[in-house]
Amino acid sequence: MKNFNGKILFLDRSDINTDEIIPAKYLTESTKIALKPFLLEDIVLERFNPAKDIEGKSVVVARDNFGCGSSREHAPWAFEVNGINMVIASGFARIFRQNMFNCGMMAVSLEKDVIEKLFTKFAGKSTSVETDIDKMLFTFTADGLKEVIPFSISQYDLALVKAGGWVDYADQKY
Amino acid sequence: MGKTVAQKIFDAHYVDSPCSDIQVISLDAVFCHEITTPIAITDLMARGKDRIFDPSKIKAVIDHVTPAKDSKTALQGKILRDWAIRHKIKDFFDIGRNGVCHAIFPEKGFVRPGFTIIMGDSHTCTHGAFGAFAAGVGTTDLEVGILKGVCAFRYPESIKVEITGKLPKGVYAKDVILSFIATIGVNGATNKVLEFCGEVVDSMTMDQRMTLCNMAVEAGATSGICAPDMVTVEYLWQFIKDEYPSKEAALDSFSKFKADADAAYSDTIKLDVFNLQPLVTLGYKPDQVKPVSEMAGTRIDQVYIGSCTNGRLEDLEIAASILKGKKIADSVRGIVSPATPDIYSKALDKGIIKIFMDSGFCVTNPTCGACLGMSNGVLADGEVCGSTTNRNFNGRMGKGGMVHLMSPATAAASALKGEIANSELYLA
Ligand code: SF4
Repeated sequence: MKNFNGKILFLDRSDINTDEIIPAKYLTESTKIALKPFLLEDIVLERFNPAKDIEGKSVVVARDNFGCGSSREHAPWAFEVNGINMVIASGFARIFRQNMFNCGMMAVSLEKDVIEKLFTKFAGKSTSVETDIDKMLFTFTADGLKEVIPFSISQYDLALVKAGGWVDYADQKY
Repeated sequence: MGKTVAQKIFDAHYVDSPCSDIQVISLDAVFCHEITTPIAITDLMARGKDRIFDPSKIKAVIDHVTPAKDSKTALQGKILRDWAIRHKIKDFFDIGRNGVCHAIFPEKGFVRPGFTIIMGDSHTCTHGAFGAFAAGVGTTDLEVGILKGVCAFRYPESIKVEITGKLPKGVYAKDVILSFIATIGVNGATNKVLEFCGEVVDSMTMDQRMTLCNMAVEAGATSGICAPDMVTVEYLWQFIKDEYPSKEAALDSFSKFKADADAAYSDTIKLDVFNLQPLVTLGYKPDQVKPVSEMAGTRIDQVYIGSCTNGRLEDLEIAASILKGKKIADSVRGIVSPATPDIYSKALDKGIIKIFMDSGFCVTNPTCGACLGMSNGVLADGEVCGSTTNRNFNGRMGKGGMVHLMSPATAAASALKGEIANSELYLA
């Protein structure tokens, strides 16, 4: 199972699309690792510098409709090769969300007001999250601040995360 | 409680339900192109699973970058080609016979009412125009589809989209879907199927229904669906005439996939098109839409007519009727990509290609090319394109470029003026 703990990269926007996560011109790469330098290269977001701000982060927190647009699984991979295995947002585009779990990664939805609270309380600080996947609890911490937030993913999504993805699961089962 | 079109299709393809709201369904077709499939093939090989579930149900095309533009895209094409040969995939379309996936596969008769189809491409929803459940998926789902012929989805909930009224002259399916997306927003239909119905849909040709369903994903939807009717049967007749004694019998058989009168929808949205104007997007999201009249005068550097949204014969015909005998503005680069060789060749026979060329357009081979900023018309930083494609995301057609989505009629009129403009068809 992948690691879902670590420092948070806050992306304060809705509708971040997969062209922004990894532009189409890199779809000609045939290895995942080649995508590493280009994560979020074309994103439109003030006070965010991909060259500096991604390094050392393990989890992304964003607003709504994360990962809309193209079906490219290169988007989860671009996160994965940068050490980011989880995105927390108030909503996801279907294909992106499924791609994350299919790769054994997590895309977790929290209510809008909870996301709002995370941004107000933790954005701009050096924030970390610890994930207890069996109890389905996040613990966010920064500069003496702490917040424990429950989440829920389906048993099926959990099975995919634990199995490390959908290919082996399906090949054994069907 | 009755069922929607998508629910009936799911019930007919049930394999398993690994948890309450997830259903694994069997697939009637898996479509493949050279951008997302090679990486699935390579991964399957690395896992020692270089198998396919059924060579007759897998259809493959090289369409996104063709002819190859560099060594990397050549390699992508080669991986797909070698795989198709290795597994005896008969329906593989390589250069000379290739076209944009969502145009060429329906044209070959590979899509039927009631089918379940996946592809590693978000605009797979296009094929819902035939009353099929067709959805875009990522590489892992594609791998499993290729390997086992199954895919997992949430049991579908549908939004009924009832389109009523009569389209004004010069207003098209593209304007209808842009107007719908503007109403519901880019995630308004996430995890939902859009079931398009009503008199406007009934009177649309298959080309127009494909334009409509193509952009369902731009509202977040899993698939767009138009229930099968006589228009569907007429389109498919050349492919199915040996399977049914008559067109009526075919329609009767397809009717099992029609929604029940008491089907439960998560929402019903009514759209009256009586006063609809030609529309155009601004900004970087497809729900940012304005009437062409309000954007008139916006300078453009390039006009692109093509893609799985609006690169079909009817689209080229409409654009040509506006361009006929006129020249596009000196400041504009006009590019037209007929979506398939068949469309290209019919457009040649009808004199449409000549009209494009005489007006100053460059005619390219069938390919996605510029639509996703990979080849054949990439924009430079700061350039503006009027385009009949489906995405205006930042950087979509080239870093720093701005894309205004519009119908082929608006695109042709804008090419003539060098700025966003309504076509004479609408003004008339
Ligand atoms: S024409 Fe554009 S949107 Fe359609 S499949 Fe090709 S790249 Fe995708």
